[in-house]
Amino acid sequence: MLFVLETVISGALAGIMYSLVALGFVLIFKASGVFNFSQGVMALFAALTLVGLLSGTIPFTNTDNPALALPVWAAIPLTIFVMFIVAVLIEKFILRHLVNQEHIILFMAMVGLTYVFEGVGDMMWGSDVKVLDLGLPQGAWDWLFDTHDLYVEKIEMVAAATAAVLVTVLAVFFQKTRIGRALRAVADDHQAALSVGISLRNIWIIVWSAAGIVALAAGVMWGAKSGVQFSLSLIALKALPVLILGGFTSIPGAIVGGLIIGIGEKLVEVFSGELIAAAFAGLIEIDPGVFSATENWFAYVLALFFLMFRPQGLFGEKIIERV
Amino acid sequence: MKLRNWILAAAAAVVALPLAAGSARAYELTIPSMDYRTGPYAPNGIPFANGWTDYFTMLNERDGGINGVKIKMVPCETAYNTKKGVECYEKTKKAGSGALVYQPLSTGITYQLIPKASVDKIPIHSMGYGRTSAANGKVFKWVFNFPATYWSQASALVKYIGEKEGGMDKLKGKKIHLVYHNSAYGKEPIRTLEKLSEKHGFAFKALAVDHPGQEQKATWLKIRRDKPDWILLWGWGVMNQVAIKEAVSIRFPMDRFIGVWWSGSENDVKPSGMAAKGYLSGAFHQPGKNFQAHRDILKYLYDAGKAPHPDFKDRVGEVLYNRGLVAAMWNSEAIRNAMKIHGTKEITGAMMRDGLEALDVDEARLKELGLGGFTIPVKITCANHEGPGIVAVQQWDGKKWSIVSKFYEPDMAVIQPLIDEDSMKYAKENNITPRTC
Repeated sequence: MLFVLETVISGALAGIMYSLVALGFVLIFKASGVFNFSQGVMALFAALTLVGLLSGTIPFTNTDNPALALPVWAAIPLTIFVMFIVAVLIEKFILRHLVNQEHIILFMAMVGLTYVFEGVGDMMWGSDVKVLDLGLPQGAWDWLFDTHDLYVEKIEMVAAATAAVLVTVLAVFFQKTRIGRALRAVADDHQAALSVGISLRNIWIIVWSAAGIVALAAGVMWGAKSGVQFSLSLIALKALPVLILGGFTSIPGAIVGGLIIGIGEKLVEVFSGELIAAAFAGLIEIDPGVFSATENWFAYVLALFFLMFRPQGLFGEKIIERV
Repeated sequence: MKLRNWILAAAAAVVALPLAAGSARAYELTIPSMDYRTGPYAPNGIPFANGWTDYFTMLNERDGGINGVKIKMVPCETAYNTKKGVECYEKTKKAGSGALVYQPLSTGITYQLIPKASVDKIPIHSMGYGRTSAANGKVFKWVFNFPATYWSQASALVKYIGEKEGGMDKLKGKKIHLVYHNSAYGKEPIRTLEKLSEKHGFAFKALAVDHPGQEQKATWLKIRRDKPDWILLWGWGVMNQVAIKEAVSIRFPMDRFIGVWWSGSENDVKPSGMAAKGYLSGAFHQPGKNFQAHRDILKYLYDAGKAPHPDFKDRVGEVLYNRGLVAAMWNSEAIRNAMKIHGTKEITGAMMRDGLEALDVDEARLKELGLGGFTIPVKITCANHEGPGIVAVQQWDGKKWSIVSKFYEPDMAVIQPLIDEDSMKYAKENNITPRTC
């Protein structure tokens, strides 16, 4: 029973790690109706920039100069500033030219942006595995492990706390501030928002900067687990089922979606083989090992199942088209 | 002449001139370099590609090539993607004076190229990876996988475990888990390990991790539940780093955790740092740069400003760099053989194959090459394309890798029937009459 609990906790915490990535998608979709395919690469780019600043890497040379290495307190704000500059550039060179275009056009632009991010990030900071050392706690939570034989990873607890802070700040921002209301107005209708005097340009820069900060948080948490490297960009694939399930426009949905996906995929991966083998015992011999490596694709099964009943996701806004 | 005609004439000249020049170009030893410097596996692909390229470039700079003939490297980016790898092969096979040999650095790509090798008459050297049964040279005339296959390695690692447990008979009742990359590569050792578990009585369980392996928490929860005595890791790329971190997190003893030789580089242990101290992996060459060949690479390339990737200087001697270097060394020796056997300096892929099949690089020759004690002696024959098949174990001490065991002979009583069965099945499916050797 303790092991089931451990699996559920680990699943929930892993799910929150997915939610951190999903939050960035939701932010941009909610405010601009753009599905930002490049969110995963943004997380990689932000983490690469942070590591580069911490280690004094000279961009485009792949060499480190320890004299240029910044302390954490300076590197994090500077990385946020870099993500702000990125947001300005995206607005200036992409979004401004695509106002009121079809969603598919915007989506294709984001696909293109993904590859630009990948290439530029690679050229600026190199392709090797980088160690991200922010002093975040690593390993199992000793007290639980030693006294209850319960395995909970410390870094995932930090990620959960970070997600809680981010969700609270973002919820307040969207619901209680003028800018938040303007963001939602832009999401509903670009032209209508423009007609009432909302600056589309400023709104997009704000929302992309916010998504950049969320991407940095996701990049730091995932980078602390595996080192900062190219494959971080693929964490976007873990966020997609979370979005399908939670809804593309709901911040709490991203968290709840993450929890359901995380817990579901871990339970299935850990227990399905043995349970199925036991269920068919005596009829046919089933190797429980056949049911391994479900972790990646089962999340999509779960998301598709929910999609059948709630196409807009658990917390997404219901789309009503008047004929 | 109208402006349009001028432009057309100029364009035609631009296209035609290199072709005309090409026909008169001097012969070069053309070596395609199937690199992956981009994508999720780039951190592993880059050091290998640099070791491979640096050794050949050093021969050009120090010796003027091989027997006076310059080596031309033709890089092509595969991104560790099988489809792109096949495109690279098609694009480069006729490059320069014609490709001499392919080192695909991917089991998936190797499987796709095996049927093409005999048609195009260009040998493949899948060094310590690829299709294990290609060790049977009677069937796989164009494929070489020396110095050891995955099956030999799996067997050697089980022997190491047996030795640590106090004898092979002590394996009975022990639990050995394999955490593997869910691909053709990762699945290679499973049959051998199953056979070995039947022979020695240990419980064997294989746990797959899907590409790329960024998230594998559930796999490690299963390991927590099962409490295996030993874990083998058959990973690549980020899967290695995450697996080692997860093992550290669940406090699995690092000196009972052994990676395949593709899971034992500096990249793999760096994110865990000192916590990975004690972690083990297979090896067939030394880490480090304390060899004359390395000193020559630094002198003739990096210090002379002629290194293709000058920013890599501090990483010369890393495990995967040395792996690329040792592959280049064996291939350059095969080129020398081919020149000698056929009495010409302008060799073809078919002649290169003969050179590979006559390869005999013993310790004395390694010393002449500035690599004394660097790797194991290799002798290839018509029937045996695997070579020695012996494997050692290296260990991470928190700062560097060192070989910590003897070289173990594989259990050929188990492996040879598997090689024969698989290779003969391939021969039957492809209407190949095995050679008489």
